[in-house]
Amino acid sequence: MTVITDALCPFCGCMCDDITVSVENNKITEVKHACKIGVAKIMGHHRIKAPMMRTDKKSEFKEVSYDEAIEAAAKILAGSKRPLMYGWASALCEVHKKGILLAEELGAIIDNTATVCHGPSTLAVHEKGLPSATLGQVKNRADVVVFWGSNPVHAHPRHMGRYSVFAKGFFNEKGRRGRKVIVVDVRKTETAAMADEYIQVEQGSDYLIISALRAILAGQAAVVPDAVGGVSKEQLVKLVDTLKAAKFGAIFFGMGLTQSMSRYKNIDNAISLTTELNSFTKYVITPMRGHYNVTGFGQVCAWETGFATAVDFARGAPYYNPGETAANDVLLRKETDAAMIIAGDAGAHFPADSVRHLARIPVVQIDPYWNPTTEVANVVIPVAICGVEVEGTAYRMDGVSMRYRKMVEPEHPTDIEILEKITERVKEIRGD
Amino acid sequence: MELLIKNGSVFDPKNGIKGDKKDICIKDGKIVDRVGNSAKVIDASGMLVMPGGVDAHSHIAGAKVNVGRIMRPEDTRSGIKPRTKLTRPCTGYTVPNVYAMGYRYAQMGYTTVFEAAQAIMKARHTHEELEEIPIIDKGALTLFGSNWPTMDFVREKDMDKLAAYVAWGLLASRGFGIKCVNPGGGEMWGFGKNVTGLDDVVPNFDVTPRDIIVSLMKANEMLRLPHSVHLHCNNLGKPGNYKTTLASMELAKQVKPSKDRQVLHVTHITFNCWGGTNWGDFESKADEIANYINNNENITTDMGQLIFGSATTMTADGPVQYANAKLLHAKWANGDVELEDASGVVPIFYVKQISIHAIMWAMGLELALLTKDPYKVLLTTDHPNGGPFVNYPEVIALLMSNKKRQEEIKTLHEAVHKRTKIPGIDRELDFNDIAIMTRSGSAKVLGLLDTKGHLGVGADADVSIYDLKPDQIDPSVEHAKVKSAFQSAAYTIKGGEIVVKDGQITSTPMGRTFWVDASVPKEHTEAMMKDIKNKFKNYYSIGLANYMVQDAYVTHPRVVKAGVIPAEVR
Repeated sequence: MTVITDALCPFCGCMCDDITVSVENNKITEVKHACKIGVAKIMGHHRIKAPMMRTDKKSEFKEVSYDEAIEAAAKILAGSKRPLMYGWASALCEVHKKGILLAEELGAIIDNTATVCHGPSTLAVHEKGLPSATLGQVKNRADVVVFWGSNPVHAHPRHMGRYSVFAKGFFNEKGRRGRKVIVVDVRKTETAAMADEYIQVEQGSDYLIISALRAILAGQAAVVPDAVGGVSKEQLVKLVDTLKAAKFGAIFFGMGLTQSMSRYKNIDNAISLTTELNSFTKYVITPMRGHYNVTGFGQVCAWETGFATAVDFARGAPYYNPGETAANDVLLRKETDAAMIIAGDAGAHFPADSVRHLARIPVVQIDPYWNPTTEVANVVIPVAICGVEVEGTAYRMDGVSMRYRKMVEPEHPTDIEILEKITERVKEIRGD
Repeated sequence: MELLIKNGSVFDPKNGIKGDKKDICIKDGKIVDRVGNSAKVIDASGMLVMPGGVDAHSHIAGAKVNVGRIMRPEDTRSGIKPRTKLTRPCTGYTVPNVYAMGYRYAQMGYTTVFEAAQAIMKARHTHEELEEIPIIDKGALTLFGSNWPTMDFVREKDMDKLAAYVAWGLLASRGFGIKCVNPGGGEMWGFGKNVTGLDDVVPNFDVTPRDIIVSLMKANEMLRLPHSVHLHCNNLGKPGNYKTTLASMELAKQVKPSKDRQVLHVTHITFNCWGGTNWGDFESKADEIANYINNNENITTDMGQLIFGSATTMTADGPVQYANAKLLHAKWANGDVELEDASGVVPIFYVKQISIHAIMWAMGLELALLTKDPYKVLLTTDHPNGGPFVNYPEVIALLMSNKKRQEEIKTLHEAVHKRTKIPGIDRELDFNDIAIMTRSGSAKVLGLLDTKGHLGVGADADVSIYDLKPDQIDPSVEHAKVKSAFQSAAYTIKGGEIVVKDGQITSTPMGRTFWVDASVPKEHTEAMMKDIKNKFKNYYSIGLANYMVQDAYVTHPRVVKAGVIPAEVR
């Protein structure tokens, strides 16, 4: 039996790096320290055994060889006038690099899962920047922590323990008792139940409430009505006092803020609030990124193309205009005539009209697992699991990168190998 | 492969060659004294031949550069070039993508560039980007000025542990040297505060910036690192800060160099030679800095020249970036790194008719023109803080032509006349001076003059050839020609390979990454590691086992050995 210590978990943006994994005969037998979801991720479950293909999406899949599947995938992509390459969040940065190269080769649009998650946060960063810090700053210093539209108890189970709420640090030896925890949400989540203060807001009123907080902070409480978005002015004034009294405040926000009404404007406003709080004391703001390496795709895409996501290579040079070049934009306009979905699940998370269009066009799926995207795919290429069977780089939600270890030898080829082979075939087909 | 560059007009300051007609022979990536008859010949008759350009301070890779890209799509949209059969697509002006970084430097004849700041914890990111920058050799300086272990060992006056920590930190980050940014201020910015001078005490750590700078200089010389401490002074960005800069320079007197180089490099003087007490009486004190450098040894500087137009300020000096964002009402990114340092990114647009900007434009030039020895002042723009590196040819032309400067001054805010000395400075630098400020000087400052920045036998075969005839041109008058020649090299040769011809990329080899492997007595490392392990157990948010940059991120290393000489050998 081999025991791997300090292993990294390939579930969420917390990227816990204290996992102990036991391996016997190339099988993972035990996972310690990870949360339940992390354990399930690392242990793995029903895999797609072999590549599969079908021409008619209503018919059953037929198992084929990797060569056949790669050939079919390359033909679909090389023959496409407007290919979309979407997903990437559950893959390592080394995969992203190969993907961007293929997108260049194809003149494709490449987009990642942020488009239905924290994509609006990126738009807000274009407007306002992002005053942030690594999670260890929060652990060592924070005495006020706000979760806005995010529920770490479920989505980031060890966030509070390792970084934000219970964690003890240099300037906060008391951990939980040394911190005031505030939760703002539309419903009383499990995280809200643990908070010192829970602010229940009416659905879609986050923008109004942040604006009210900014007005109060600026000394303009007089303009704030008696209640805003279901929260009394009194409670808002008290909240501002609490925020200002911090020595170090940290705001974490989730999809409750990015995907509710006003979307990126909510984040824009929240970043402004954070910046303005810095006139009084120290504040940082951090998006609670979902998939473990959704941040990594944004990083790689930014240094390779200059843009973090939704990059259109149709002109040979990177072009970026979310609203025009994001995955759902081209799907809803029925512009895309072929798609590759890799390490992300468009079938489960895209709007129905987008999925309907995916069902009409040739789709190549590269993934270790059967998921709703498989249902609309023509070619399915199973791969090794990044971060468990493949080593490489990922970026935590705060931009700290670490290297995943290989825990067991893969039985399937890696995404990298598949993308390399497809790229090679695409070049041949196109006569380069 | 052999290469013969024939009949060029060669400027090779280290070897005392000033425009002599000379052949350069290249074999297997090195300069040699002769090549065979089958060598490929480049006819450089009368053309300007120099060693490949060396940049000792530029922000080309890593977390803050990428934050700049992500927050500035408007910048990425400038400078867009589609891919070709040979090259990847290029984007950006102040924050180019990785490919544009390499191509654009090479197109200007530069072959070696150092990233000026990386936190150890984020060094993996720096190297991920460095690995993708084509053509040029590179390296990165590592931040030590606000690191908790640094401050602990400084307070305990334990120089052995401090030296051991620096050596270990360079290994952990695959770094090349010690960068020290607003020492102590990075820690204080953790709570939104800052130090205001060399003698402020950093709360909880009980050390002063003065202690930190002196101790790091001593550790640097104990370790005999190739480069010296590379200092971004306290109080940067505040009127009157030239006094802090002079006081910091004065500290160099306490330390003896272990090598033939400075003990302190004070960087981007444009941002810390500020006189006055506020924005109203703001004035240049670059002359005082130059005067100090002229009368003291062991200190070098670089210009950090301002370029009018768009820039992106990015620095580990977190508090100055918050102040900038407030002052400019600009978007603000902050990136504090636990136990190590701060950082911030803020866009700016430098305007000719804004008095502050016009005065700052003069500062870099004054420094370069009033400093007698060009080995003491390197040509930089602190890319992209003063402006993007693609503007080096503009800076060269300004330094070589008083006429160009006077023409430019006419277009600037009148403050440039009253609060700078630039209108009255008529010195014009020659090609030899420029070769020093962009080649041999930067290589010497970095401690790489054995293989970089010169064309003697044994040097790396990094050569730039410009379409200029030094014996026929008058740069003072024909400054536009000078600028355009330096923008687009006739040839750039990197490691013996022609990578640029007539300003176009012809091949894209992978450059190497310099890092320093410094040895210290084992018992010092063991004692130091006890403290480090405690920091990871209690305070870092990642494990020690996942902290250090792995070999996979430095695939083409060039390791420079250094270290403490063991007592028995001494």
